[in-house]
Amino acid sequence: MQTELPPPVAPPISRASSPWEWMRVNLFSTWYNIILTIVCVVIIVVGISNLLRWVFDIAQWNVVVTNLQLFFVGRFPPELYWRVWLSLGVLACLAGIAWGFSRTDARWLSHSTLIALGVIVAAVILLPIPLSSRLWLVTIALVATIGYAAGRQLPPNLSSWLPVMWGVAFLLVWWLIKGGLGLAPTPTTVWSGLLLTLLTATTSIILSFPLGVLLALGRQSPLPVVRGLSTLYIEVIRGLPLIGILFLAQVMLPLFLPPWFRDLDRVLRAIAGLVLFSAAYLAENVRGGLQAVPRGQAEAAKALGLGAPLTVSLIVLPQALKAVIPAIVGQFISLFKDTSLLALFGLLELTGIARSILAQPEFIGRYAEVYLFIGLIYWIFCYGMSQASRNLERKLNVGQR
Amino acid sequence: MTQQTITTETDASLPQKPAIIAENVHKWYASNKFHVLRGVSLNVYRGEVVVIMGPSGSGKSTFIRTFNALEEYQQGRIEIDGIELSHDLRNIDAIRKEVGMVFQQFNLFPHLTVLDNVTLAPIWVRRWAKKRAEEVAMQLLEKVGILEQARKYPGQLSGGQQQRVAIARALAMQPKIMLFDEPTSALDPEMVREVLDVMRSLAQSGITMVVVTHEVGFAREVADRIVLMDGGVIVEEATPQEFFQNPKEERTQKFLSQIL
Repeated sequence: MQTELPPPVAPPISRASSPWEWMRVNLFSTWYNIILTIVCVVIIVVGISNLLRWVFDIAQWNVVVTNLQLFFVGRFPPELYWRVWLSLGVLACLAGIAWGFSRTDARWLSHSTLIALGVIVAAVILLPIPLSSRLWLVTIALVATIGYAAGRQLPPNLSSWLPVMWGVAFLLVWWLIKGGLGLAPTPTTVWSGLLLTLLTATTSIILSFPLGVLLALGRQSPLPVVRGLSTLYIEVIRGLPLIGILFLAQVMLPLFLPPWFRDLDRVLRAIAGLVLFSAAYLAENVRGGLQAVPRGQAEAAKALGLGAPLTVSLIVLPQALKAVIPAIVGQFISLFKDTSLLALFGLLELTGIARSILAQPEFIGRYAEVYLFIGLIYWIFCYGMSQASRNLERKLNVGQR
Repeated sequence: MTQQTITTETDASLPQKPAIIAENVHKWYASNKFHVLRGVSLNVYRGEVVVIMGPSGSGKSTFIRTFNALEEYQQGRIEIDGIELSHDLRNIDAIRKEVGMVFQQFNLFPHLTVLDNVTLAPIWVRRWAKKRAEEVAMQLLEKVGILEQARKYPGQLSGGQQQRVAIARALAMQPKIMLFDEPTSALDPEMVREVLDVMRSLAQSGITMVVVTHEVGFAREVADRIVLMDGGVIVEEATPQEFFQNPKEERTQKFLSQIL
């Protein structure tokens, strides 16, 4: 019998192979792998070189350059641009603070910060925009940096105020754009371009989230009437195409509402349609999360004397929502892109304004350039959201299996 | 137990009412109409430690879960600490404040730190200030030997440590009665003892305890009374000595022959 423990042995060293060796093993190991490799390389090289030739040689980007302002703010009156810039400044400052809070390492500037700064500098220098816009952009970048520095200095327990600050900033931006309460009001007919896309998307996201959570809870409720109505709503909405719901919201909603709501603004009607649609899908995502929380969690909370509202809000929902962050953000991303359907109802959001630009006589037929450009803009925001969701997941996973 | 009965008889000016009264409790499962509790009656006196044993499926867990209304019952009467357990939500809330429970699967809240697990109910239910709740929590965590892990999350602890945190969490509400639902059944064998040690010192502190367990050693040493349940009824109630050395009922003898 063995009496002593065997001596510990170091794990086998994994050999770091040279690039040549790696290629020989992975790309050129057999005759059919060699053929596959060559065919793929040819396709990729030809595809990319053609694309680059088109981008730099054939494409006529002046349709984008000339209409840059239209793409971003559309028909918003130029003398009120300062309100848009100010909104951007508020958001940039808050984003800086939030970023400063979330960074715990000692380095002052990370790679991603440097990349962001580089992009802003390049935009300020390269974009063909008026001097005033350049100055605004520089100021906003400065404000964001100051916010970042402040966020790093402030005590971390203040970070629980961030959601409140975002809420205030959201209302502030709406006030700056819409006017009223001392500012000259702007009619919603002048809201257009990326500005309108962002306004409708963020408002719909913010409003549909609580509604979706309530519907999910309603569907799990022990009260049969609440459960039945929630299920009915979710199943009806999920069975209808979004375009139909948007149409109903534009045409039918005023008929259902009391008279003093009849001339509800068409942007608000569009937002209502998006919210009603998105909430049903969110509810199903959240329900998946609720089912993933073990029953013992609610039992332990009840046994401690927590009532149903506290059990749901402190114990069940935080775990349920954390489990379905990717699905929820996926829903937000598709909601963001779905705002492009509003173009069909005469709203000049990003896609709508692109269509109106393509109708200008001097730019007829420049589809590729215009749609590629707005595609890039959509992609930037969707990619940003998916990155934010991954950050959030990482942050919430601290110390948990 | 005998002592307490005597005090009740001698001190007539202060009649001691049992902490838990269960009279003829019946329960049918809603889904399949299975008659799981068939007229169970049990009194537990203040400061008493009652251990409930029995084969699996005998209804013992279901029975103690009716004490804090985690399970409903259809017939009979339950009174906890002088409060009638009814469908009235206010009564249920009042009872749950006074009754702590420790589960087989620990059921710690994985998204909260150990300290937050323990302070949650005192802050939200008892409305204590955060500072006071944390002081009490730290004392309790020291008592169960988890003080160094207070800032960790439950997922970073071993099973035995998690169960000790769960005991501290229940004690933080300063309950008059503690219920243990097979607290060591989900633990690796080498961790059973650390949990039983905590329960043993808790029993010596004089709190009323009802423990569902298969730990014979614990029952023998700590219990004032052992109750054997089988098939939804109480088969035998006896002191540990009688229960293990001189069981009266045939079913008790059979059960003991299987576990000893």
